[in-house]
Amino acid sequence: MDHETERSAGGVGLPPSITVAVRLVVNGKPHDLALDPRVTLLDALRTHLGVTGPKMGCDAGACGACTVLVDGRRVNSCLMLAVAADGKSVVTVEGLAAGDDLNPLQEAFIRHDAFQCGYCTPGQLCSATALLREGVATTPEEIRLWMSGNLCRCGAYPNIVAAIAEVAAEGVH
Amino acid sequence: MNPFTYQRASDATGAIAAVAGDEHAAFLAGGTNLVDLMKLHVMTPSRLVDVNAVPLAKIEASRDGLRIGALARMSDVAADPDVAREFPVIAEALLASASPQLRNMATIGGNLMQRTRCPYFRGDGWACNKRMPGSGCAAAQGEHRNHAILGASDHCFATHPSDLAVALVALDAVVRVRGPAGERSIPLRDFHRLPGDTPHVECALQQGELITGVDVPASDVAINSRYVKVRDRASYEFALVSAAVALKVEGGVIADCRIALGGVGTKPWRIPEAEQVTRGRPAAASTYEAAASIAVAEARPREQNAFKVELARRVVVHALTTQGSTR
Repeated sequence: MDHETERSAGGVGLPPSITVAVRLVVNGKPHDLALDPRVTLLDALRTHLGVTGPKMGCDAGACGACTVLVDGRRVNSCLMLAVAADGKSVVTVEGLAAGDDLNPLQEAFIRHDAFQCGYCTPGQLCSATALLREGVATTPEEIRLWMSGNLCRCGAYPNIVAAIAEVAAEGVH
Repeated sequence: MNPFTYQRASDATGAIAAVAGDEHAAFLAGGTNLVDLMKLHVMTPSRLVDVNAVPLAKIEASRDGLRIGALARMSDVAADPDVAREFPVIAEALLASASPQLRNMATIGGNLMQRTRCPYFRGDGWACNKRMPGSGCAAAQGEHRNHAILGASDHCFATHPSDLAVALVALDAVVRVRGPAGERSIPLRDFHRLPGDTPHVECALQQGELITGVDVPASDVAINSRYVKVRDRASYEFALVSAAVALKVEGGVIADCRIALGGVGTKPWRIPEAEQVTRGRPAAASTYEAAASIAVAEARPREQNAFKVELARRVVVHALTTQGSTR
């Protein structure tokens, strides 16, 4: 793991760096890693743990495709260093369903065809999950405002908003 | 990202000691701006000292005012009932900032330390006196629609991007700082520096000084305050122009008034002259127009950002009018 970490994060021409011990509890399962401090939470999830639901879009905190829940709060995992998430609970899109049983939000996304290419969907689902817990938005206008950290450019917004509004109205989250 | 060493601090003393002796060391709080700029090689610290475990996240309202810990998250401060009720301009400025994900990460201290969004500052290969002192300013001949009309110099006219700082400067907030030599307080109006001929020197902090919190004194005007932000899209965008205003109206006459502008200044821009002209005058359109004209009197726009002069004037009138009419 150490050797692999240094090679993948150090890049060509850069000296190998000192790794830091990090424990991430991802979707309920603890993982002990030794990571170059440059590794973002997104890279730790995707590259080191094979949890590929969170997507890398802009890699600058602007698109929301990498959104995950850290200790229950939605964050951009591309801007959080994995070492700074040490000891924290991380929930990705893979952790939203109970096995093969999708949750009401995921069912609503399917029902409303709230996808186009689907690349942004994992981040949209994590963000919407947090939104429902935050309880700040129920009207379409409020949902758009509070989902604005997930910039989907494919025009699926109306269906995403409809799916979230439906689950918000059911109050089952 | 360049390689760096990483260490976690559990208390302020240790964090300050670790950063103070090393000019290439930096504090890591929310990281939303620092990590972004490290990926772009604009900031290249060789040592990060993570202060997230330092207990500085309290939000306390008392008779004296509001005390916000530097590590309080933007989302938590915005949602705090005392802040929303007694200092609405702060909550509104925070909720108009960034996205819910970023507000969950970003801290109050980090917000004040965020760097400009000028694309030439963020982009390698362009002249930028802020990023590479003495290299010139690519914005002067390039894209500068979003740039400052107030506080500019020949060396730099990049705007300060914070919404929160505009609200805080209107309310006479004070930044509490701790460093190797002890603690000190810096009024927010003196915290950020004008670019002058040293645009890379952006604030009053010395190496190793850690922001520990922000104090907002109690005042008659804070409770009647609001934040108006105008931008190219309705959400998740930096301000073209914003205004933080606070008013105290007694019997239809303005007893106290605060006006600060964002998106137009090289630092959060308080305008005492505009405030002064309103005192003792009726809470009416003619007063607001007079204040707004004074607010932009010193503006020195360039070709692409000339529209901001009239826009800023109108935003001030709008903010004062809507706030004044709530009394």
